[in-house]
Amino acid sequence: MLEISLHILDIVENSTRAGAKTVSIDIIEDTERDVLSLEIRDDGSGMSEDVLRRVIDPFFTTKTVRSVGLGLPMLAQAAERADGRFIIESKGGEGTRVAADFKLSHIDRQPLGDISATLVTLVAGNKDIDIIYRHEHNGQTYIFDTREIKKELEDIPINHVTVLNFIRSHITEGLKEIGAEA
Amino acid sequence: MAKLTIADLKKIKDKVHSETSLRAGEHRAKVTVHMGTCGVATGARAVMDSLMGAISEANVSDVIVTTSGCAGLCSQEPMVTVELTGQSPIVYGNIDANKMRQIFMRHVMQGEVQTPFAIAKV
Repeated sequence: MLEISLHILDIVENSTRAGAKTVSIDIIEDTERDVLSLEIRDDGSGMSEDVLRRVIDPFFTTKTVRSVGLGLPMLAQAAERADGRFIIESKGGEGTRVAADFKLSHIDRQPLGDISATLVTLVAGNKDIDIIYRHEHNGQTYIFDTREIKKELEDIPINHVTVLNFIRSHITEGLKEIGAEA
Repeated sequence: MAKLTIADLKKIKDKVHSETSLRAGEHRAKVTVHMGTCGVATGARAVMDSLMGAISEANVSDVIVTTSGCAGLCSQEPMVTVELTGQSPIVYGNIDANKMRQIFMRHVMQGEVQTPFAIAKV
C-alpha cells in the first residue's frame, strides 16, 4: 500500500465482510504534537481472543482461499516505520477497533492520499452500510456521514453515480476547507 | 456537513427520478470490483474510479456496481467480474483504468466480451 487511504479502504472492506452495519473512521492531524492518528471502529462480528492475538502475523488469516493475511500487518508496519504504533481491540459479537498513529513529519510516513476515492469506493460497493468519516486538522473538523445523506435522498440509492459524484466533490471541498494536508 | 445543502440533494433527487421513469426498471449489468488487500494494493481503487467515470460519461443508471473480497487469485489482481443480466459472469484479470474503460464501453454497453483480458467464465 502506498497511501494511508488505501489501508483505510482495505480495513473497512474487512469490516463490511465482518457484517458491520456502521463504520466510523477518525483522522486527526495535529501539527503541534506532530501526530497523524487514524482510528476505525466497526460493529461487525469481532474476533475471538485467539484470532486477535495472531492477527498481525502475515502468515495467519481466517480466509480459506489463501494462506496469508497481509492487510493488518501492512498497516502495523506502516505505523511502526513512521515512529508510530498500532493497536487493535476486538470482542466477539461486538466489533473491532483498529488504531494507528504516525509521526506526522516522519520521512517514511505514507501520505494520507486520495481519501475521497476511498470513501466513494466504500459507499459505491456497500450501500447498506453507514460510514461516518471525521477528519480533524489543527482543531478544524470535517464530518461526512452517510446517514445524513440517506435521510435526504429518501428512495434514491446512495450509490447512484450522480450521488457518488456529489459525495466526491463534497469530501474534496470539505477537506480543502479545513486545510487537510497529510 | 455544512455544505451538504438540501437544495443540492433535492436537485439530485429530481434528476434521478426523471431518469428512472424513462427506463424499464431492470438492470443491464452488475460489475464487481474485487477489493481484497491484494486488489487494493495493486490498483483496484483506480479501477473503481475509472468505472465510475465511464458510467457517469455514458450517463446510464442501470449498472450495479459492487465490491467483493479476495477470491484467492491474488496474482491476477486487480480483478473485475462483469455479469450481464441473463448471461454467465466473466472474470477479468490484471485490469487497470484503461482496460476497465474498454470493458465498460465494449462488454457492459455493447455485449462484446473482451477476451484478451478475460480469465474465466463462471
